[in-house]
Amino acid sequence: MAQVSLRKLVKAYEGNVQAVKGIDLEIADHEFVVLVGPSGCGKSTTLRMIAGLEEITGGDVAIGGTVVNDIPPRDRDIAMVFQNYALYPHMSVFENMAFGLTLRKFPKDEIKRRVDNAARILDIVPLLERKPKALSGGQRQRVAMGRAIVRDPKVFLFDEPLSNLDAKLRVQMRTEIKKVHQTVRTTTVYVTHDQVEAMTLADRVVVMNHGVIEQVGPPQELYHHPATRFVAGFIGSPAMNFIPGRLEGDAHGLRLVLGSGVILPVPPERTARYAPHAARPVLLGIRPEHLTDKKPTDKRNIADFPATPEVIEPMGMETLVHFRIDGHEISARLDPACPVAVGEPITLAADMDQMHIIDPETDKVL
Amino acid sequence: MSVTTASSAGIYSKAGSLSRERRWAMWTAYASLILAAIIFLAPPVYMFITSLKSSGEIANMQGNPWLVRSPTLENYSALLGNGMFLRFFVNSAIVTVLVVAITMVISVLAAFALARMRFFGSQALATGVFLTYLVPDTLLFIPLYQIVGGLGLLNSIWGLVLVYPTLTVPFCTWIMIGYFASIPKELDEAALIDGASWSQMLLKIFVPVAMPGIIAATIFAFTVSWAAFVYPTAFVTTPDQMPLTIGIVSQLVRADTFAWGQIMAGALLAALPPVVIYAFLMDYYIAGLTAGATKG
Repeated sequence: MAQVSLRKLVKAYEGNVQAVKGIDLEIADHEFVVLVGPSGCGKSTTLRMIAGLEEITGGDVAIGGTVVNDIPPRDRDIAMVFQNYALYPHMSVFENMAFGLTLRKFPKDEIKRRVDNAARILDIVPLLERKPKALSGGQRQRVAMGRAIVRDPKVFLFDEPLSNLDAKLRVQMRTEIKKVHQTVRTTTVYVTHDQVEAMTLADRVVVMNHGVIEQVGPPQELYHHPATRFVAGFIGSPAMNFIPGRLEGDAHGLRLVLGSGVILPVPPERTARYAPHAARPVLLGIRPEHLTDKKPTDKRNIADFPATPEVIEPMGMETLVHFRIDGHEISARLDPACPVAVGEPITLAADMDQMHIIDPETDKVL
Repeated sequence: MSVTTASSAGIYSKAGSLSRERRWAMWTAYASLILAAIIFLAPPVYMFITSLKSSGEIANMQGNPWLVRSPTLENYSALLGNGMFLRFFVNSAIVTVLVVAITMVISVLAAFALARMRFFGSQALATGVFLTYLVPDTLLFIPLYQIVGGLGLLNSIWGLVLVYPTLTVPFCTWIMIGYFASIPKELDEAALIDGASWSQMLLKIFVPVAMPGIIAATIFAFTVSWAAFVYPTAFVTTPDQMPLTIGIVSQLVRADTFAWGQIMAGALLAALPPVVIYAFLMDYYIAGLTAGATKG
């Protein structure tokens, strides 16, 4: 097991297109790190550079303290699980899992012991004699994970391993992957575009965009304290609402005035932080779960927020209400018992302790 | 049933008929297939019928030529009793086995390199390989005659073993490039990470997975080599070095005397090995081995 270090890592393709623009990242031993971001953000390229499948244009990748830039994949002591499983179709499940060990000339009984052990962990013992074509998608993905586990590598690399599974199986396999990591404790780098997967699996989430790291942190920190507008909008579902407004101050403190005339008081403990931005245009960022129906509460800093629902989506455990302010689509999460109707104005409660103010020029959260 | 109910209720009217369209498609398909079968099977059937006739019966212009009045195996016994026919057969077999082996080794290695190892000019090389296939052998045999002569291999089956691959390697390489390219890239990446070298990847992953493609290429190389006519006609002059294709023609046609019965029997026997190869390998060729490699 080992830590993984990325130092000023760059990947440029022909025509000087930079897929990864000099990222720095330290992944601790035993840690489960998830690289997340939209398509083309450089997360898969980064993973493939760690694996040795992609040449490094600049910077270093170090595994266990050794720079591995010029070491071929087979000597990096890593194992990788691919999105489309990449099982060898002519080999049985046992042979698939044993292939890496056979090439490394492990003794037969040791290979059998390791494969049996991995098969037990993944609950695929009855499938060992089958060929991949006789397996379901979920079973194939387990075999692909088994192939990684038997090697007992320093680092596990996962490249969107659940993207090909249906929604139900994906949730199931997500739990499975977490369970496996809790058992084997191998340092893991996991790439996904699904922020829910990232949040649920990771010790730390790395949010990437346009080849750079936007923010690194534990899931809860990213959710509660996003550093940039991109992270704020990417983490959380439905996405955070962004509403243009203006900070205005007087003797009583700061207020946020939205274009539509809605005025929201800024909590007094944040006044000092936002004061330098008074009288300047800003973006209010507030998550749908912090824009709810009004109910008696002893919480401070709850502000009225008028809305006229345009679309109502009853989800069972909650009701999503969509409306507009100054042409901007806003979502709110309401108690399913709350009576709402399309076109009938209501007053929602905005939890101002949970809101974020974003500088529209830098896209940084203030 | 629902149609009847609906029309009796007068709500729906029936538009078109799926079953009628399907029946029409089936008839057209059957008619075309039967026509094609007749066209392709008529020559070998006629060969078989003629091979069972005596020379006298073949020369007799009376009656239906598609019927055998007094069947005889004399053509077969004369042919098999003649040592030269067996010599031709052995020559063809030696040349074909060696050519298939040489072709497959060269084309599998070349295709693997061209399909998977990115190197400068690999694309141009792949196209170049295919272009060489477009030059007809009727054009090539003149310069090749000089080369084979220069090597002292004229009138020798070894000369044929040397030149046949110029016919088979380009096309087989092209088939294999296509087949290797269809193997998901992740499979070699998984093998690389599992610890395979390039040669192990080729032998343990690509060759087994691409077996249907390799069999298709083998069948092609076998057929081309077994049926080659122009090169042996140009390069071989004595019967002891002749393969079947020209052996039959040169030995059973004497000036304007054609031993038709024996020619037909010989041609039929010569066609047997390719038929057997096709019959055994077709199923394996069609079976899609790559199923299950990736999502699908």
